[in-house]
Amino acid sequence: MKSSVITFPGSNCDRDMDVALKKFGFKNKMVWHNDIELPKSDLVVLPGGFSYGDYLRCGSMASKSKIMKSVINFANGGGMIMGICNGFQILVETGLLPGVLLRNKYLEFICKNVFIKINDEQNRYFKNINNNVLELHIAHNEGNYFCTKDQLKEIEENDQIAINYCDKSGNIGEQFNPNGSINNIAGIFNKKKNILGMMPHPERMIDPYLSGEDGSIFFKNLINNLK
Amino acid sequence: MIVNEQIAIDHGLKKDEYIKICELLKRTPNITELGIFSAMWNEHCSYKSSRLHLKKLPTKGKQVIQGPGENAGVVDIGDNDAIVFKIESHNHPSFIEPYQGAATGVGGIMRDVFTMGARPIANLNSIHFGSPQHKKTKNLLRGVVQGIGGYGNCMGVPTIAGQTNFDSSYNGNILVNAMTLGLVKKDKIFYSKATGLNKPVIYVGSKTGRDGIHGASMASASFDENIEEKKPTVQVGDPFTEKLLLEACLELMAGDSIIAIQDMGAAGLTSSSIEMASKGNLGIEINLNKVPCREAKMTPYEIMLSESQERMLIVLENGKEELAKKIFDKWNLDFAVIGKTTKSKKIELFFDDKIVADIPVNTLVENSPMYDRKWKKAKLPKKNKINKEDLNNLKIIEVLKKILSNPNVCSKEWIWQQYDHTVMGDTIQKPGGDSGVVRVHGTNKAVAASIDSSAVYCWAHPLTGGKQVVCESFRNLISVGAKPIAITNCLNFGSPENDENMGEFVECVQGIGEASEYLKFPVVSGNVSFYNQTKKEGIKPTPSIGGVGLIKNYKEMITMEFKEIDNIVLVIGKTEGHIDQSLFARNILDEKNGPPPEINLFNEKNNGETLLKLIENNLIQSAHDVSLGGIITAISKMCIKGNKGINLKKPKFLINEIEYFFAEDQGRYIVEITKKDLKKVTEILNKNAVHFDELGIINKNELYINEKTKVTIDELRRSNTNWLNNYMSK
Repeated sequence: MKSSVITFPGSNCDRDMDVALKKFGFKNKMVWHNDIELPKSDLVVLPGGFSYGDYLRCGSMASKSKIMKSVINFANGGGMIMGICNGFQILVETGLLPGVLLRNKYLEFICKNVFIKINDEQNRYFKNINNNVLELHIAHNEGNYFCTKDQLKEIEENDQIAINYCDKSGNIGEQFNPNGSINNIAGIFNKKKNILGMMPHPERMIDPYLSGEDGSIFFKNLINNLK
Repeated sequence: MIVNEQIAIDHGLKKDEYIKICELLKRTPNITELGIFSAMWNEHCSYKSSRLHLKKLPTKGKQVIQGPGENAGVVDIGDNDAIVFKIESHNHPSFIEPYQGAATGVGGIMRDVFTMGARPIANLNSIHFGSPQHKKTKNLLRGVVQGIGGYGNCMGVPTIAGQTNFDSSYNGNILVNAMTLGLVKKDKIFYSKATGLNKPVIYVGSKTGRDGIHGASMASASFDENIEEKKPTVQVGDPFTEKLLLEACLELMAGDSIIAIQDMGAAGLTSSSIEMASKGNLGIEINLNKVPCREAKMTPYEIMLSESQERMLIVLENGKEELAKKIFDKWNLDFAVIGKTTKSKKIELFFDDKIVADIPVNTLVENSPMYDRKWKKAKLPKKNKINKEDLNNLKIIEVLKKILSNPNVCSKEWIWQQYDHTVMGDTIQKPGGDSGVVRVHGTNKAVAASIDSSAVYCWAHPLTGGKQVVCESFRNLISVGAKPIAITNCLNFGSPENDENMGEFVECVQGIGEASEYLKFPVVSGNVSFYNQTKKEGIKPTPSIGGVGLIKNYKEMITMEFKEIDNIVLVIGKTEGHIDQSLFARNILDEKNGPPPEINLFNEKNNGETLLKLIENNLIQSAHDVSLGGIITAISKMCIKGNKGINLKKPKFLINEIEYFFAEDQGRYIVEITKKDLKKVTEILNKNAVHFDELGIINKNELYINEKTKVTIDELRRSNTNWLNNYMSK
């Protein structure tokens, strides 16, 4: 399986994602934001970080990078694109995913483990995943997902809500919502479910000596689904 | 402007220093030259009050590749890998503007580390605030924490450990000490010594603006009521540009174009160019019209004294300019050839085709003032007599809960959750343990780092306090199974012109020196911050020690949480019952006098090395050093983190139970071992003449002293975690 990770100026989880993808069997290439063509890929990843310093709205400058044209073409052709954290913010800014990511409710950066519930398995990201709840890690300042009532209705009806913040047993409640996201939303799909944006970082949870290992479950399942 | 004595004094120079400048130049300096002298000769850059004493610190060791004098220290960790590390203060600016002050402190120390060719892999910090009741404390704390996070998080370097302390002596002068560790290949370390004539001098990074002019001079004076007016001297940080600068520098460093490189930190272009010339025994010629400026019509004086951040000065090999420029263009950073090395041994600055400064380099460096300041030796205070009956009337659980919720003991999760501590995917011990630990990417090795200070002990008796901080750092590394290698120190004190403050400095340094010599734990880098003082009121003497150690196989790292029910808990090291200056004495008995606990360096070394032996033999399940709050506080934290309880035994010794549990005797560790290992562990401890007591057996969820005296771990956890959250949400 071939993957590509895009490096924007200010990306800082690009290497971590490269390490994770390779660990689970992807042949990964790093792609520079100023490149025009994407290499042939089965999966494109927009990594976490602070692209362009996030000095304008998070992700907005990166969404206008040269490479994004070919990323958007790839998406429109049904290609698999995953945006993690800042990558999620970029996907929202390009309009590939609905909604926006606001500043965290308590106005503080949050770095900690959270539980997320997988809502939908009719897609190539989570199909066949045995665990309904994963423990992943978040590290962000702007992860408070928001959209209009109409948009919410639409994404609910289309099963576009990929994952929600929850407790260990999968209960979704305000007390398990780390950042104020509407309906505890931690990640969403586009309509066709070839694009996934999520705040949690699976790449930081890939061996037992780190904060946890549930990221491994995600990646192992993902590569099997893509085969 | 014609320079005179008053202008020199307004620049923070003393009258005799100004006379010396005129003598050295054999003429009156012009205003640009005066600015350069004032920047190089202030306390912050010249170490004029401290140099004499710092020379006595042990700086050499088998693993030391580079000691003090470079951008950072470097130690060997085997297999051609080396760790570059240093700590630096950003106290004065952080009090004036907490967010930017703290942020640029973190940015500055990271730059020191990557200037040497190392990729930063971990950040730490030690921050000290005034009393929680003081009106400024809450906002300063919030601003500093957000500033540290804002910079480190954006750079993508994990913040893995730290220390936060509250004491009314910091009401008018907070402390922000930031430390960075970087990883480099031993044969790819870069230094600041310029060599070769007619080599191009390159400016890269951000443009130069009017921010931070006289920052280093501001940090070399006490505060008064007009301090708010100094806001413009605080620099403004841009972590995004620094991230680009990091990647661009490392890309250029992969080749062989760089002869010397130096970041523009305190005193900006002035100190960086002069340091490179001085180390290489060369001259440097700079055309100031070529310096990329952010603002129009900047004068030579402003260009030379600006402390705009995220800038570097590089001496390149001839003919490499194009190649280097390509890399900096790729990262969208300014790149300009601004001068060349010369044989004149002078710093020669040109502006609009006129020479605007012409100063022999040695007058700025070797001839800079050095003072043997008057200092007063501190007496060891007399021990307090503690009334045993008073102790017997105390309810141990109530006291324990009070101590666990003390601002200096309570959980600091509110703080470190705002720092990205997991980026780079190698953090195997997060903040909240004895040391932070990161793996050396792609190897079995891991590096442990800890940051410590004990201002109360240093204030009570500086010599003992100085030793104690080094020992505590040693212990924190050993507690995670790391072999201690070396330290960096950040020496925060009041005014050196006051003989008591100067005495505190001299004796703390002596203590640090004695302990690091004995423990073979040399000082490889550091920084001095004097004048942490508002009017006549100075801070408690606060040397911060950053320690670094190596774990050969990261899978054998030790953590502090209790692991298994029925395991046995021991305390290694002897408990004599030293209560004076303990958290218990100061906060429960309200007794602020008396000597700090004694340091026995033989026991420190022997206990620590023996524990490492036990760890190497896989006999230790968990470990934690005993510090503030004594044995029972240490145990409670191990219970809280592991979500387990303990059945404590009655101490065998004659001293009072309260003294036994809350005393702060040094050189002690709590360890958890399995029942089947008890015999082997006892044998090794006895063979090495290490004192130990059996404390109890781990249970499900209660701290149990006797039938009437017990408490659930959940209740202790609430005491420990609630204080800071409540304080910050009010």
